[in-house]
Amino acid sequence: MIIINIEKKLKAYSGQQWLKVNREFANGSIIKIHGPSGAGKTTLLKIIAGLVTPEKGIIKVDGITWLDASTKTTLSPQKRMVGFVFQNYALFPNMTVREHLEYATKDVEWIDRLLTIGKLETLSTHKPEHLSGGQQQRLAILRALAIKPKLLLMDEPFSALDHEMKMVLISELKILFEELGLTVLIVTHNPQELEGLCDGELEIAS
Amino acid sequence: MPLVLPPSVLGFYLLLAFSPQHGVGKWLHDTFDLQFVFSFQGLVLASVIYSMPFMIGPIKSALQQLPASLSQASYTLGKSERETFLRVLLPNIKPSLFTAMVLTFAHTLGEFGVVLMIGGNIPNVTRVASIAVYDSVENMDYSAANTYSLILFCITFILVIGVFIFNKTQAKSPLE
Repeated sequence: MIIINIEKKLKAYSGQQWLKVNREFANGSIIKIHGPSGAGKTTLLKIIAGLVTPEKGIIKVDGITWLDASTKTTLSPQKRMVGFVFQNYALFPNMTVREHLEYATKDVEWIDRLLTIGKLETLSTHKPEHLSGGQQQRLAILRALAIKPKLLLMDEPFSALDHEMKMVLISELKILFEELGLTVLIVTHNPQELEGLCDGELEIAS
Repeated sequence: MPLVLPPSVLGFYLLLAFSPQHGVGKWLHDTFDLQFVFSFQGLVLASVIYSMPFMIGPIKSALQQLPASLSQASYTLGKSERETFLRVLLPNIKPSLFTAMVLTFAHTLGEFGVVLMIGGNIPNVTRVASIAVYDSVENMDYSAANTYSLILFCITFILVIGVFIFNKTQAKSPLE
């Protein structure tokens, strides 16, 4: 069970606004998060990952306190070990496709399986600059999965994929999510693209 | 401070600081039998202190230009700040690192004030090419001055051209 009750001040064009989220997510659920631009969707994911600290609130995962702003308790991102797919992919320019996965895990079989799922086996020696936008996005997803996280946070993970690749990848990922017992939070601008994948949603209003 | 201080002023204070009669210099001399004044080691140390800002500036700027999401991605994979720096950040500023190293070396090669103050222009010990040029001109030996100057000019020219070619071929930002 993931309990999130946070408040974070956001800088907005029109001044300041608050991101307020108070929700619980069951383990294994796949939740889509949507809302207008600037509402704080990405910030929410970063708060959960420990990359941004909110002014108020708590985050508890399976009874363990990841964040308690009142006591200034916060677990480092390294200890939270959530899979994070960044909107800009955040791939490492100096590493090949395979090196990205080797940086995250030493499990060679798991790496090979991920490369197959992402259809990147033949590109394993390529660096990100030699990959298309869709291939880069798939690599970002595979890298996040490489650590076998219990919680996966995805920031617009399918935006650069064509419809066919999106459908294939989503169906493969769904099997993988179930196999790993993953709880997944997916930020999307297009909630329709995740029909059939998600079993819940969170709307963030501005 | 080394960036804005006149080299002779910096050299003078380093001379005082490392003097075996006072403070740090006395302690180094008494404890480790180290003497930095009028020695080659002292000349190297003073050059490092003088030139370090010329190295740190470009490297800091290159690191700041890398997107924060690179290190954030590394942290979420369980990597420490040290490992992230060594395996993600540093390899991605390699061109800037190389350029900074070469230009700082070239800059140090021609340094005059600091090395004269702390080195003292001792033949075969602390006399460097830039001081030798000055010495030769003072002794009206223009031929020797020309030889030293030409050597310094060639080394600097080759380094600058080398950096220029490297930047043309290799130094494309990894994020482009």
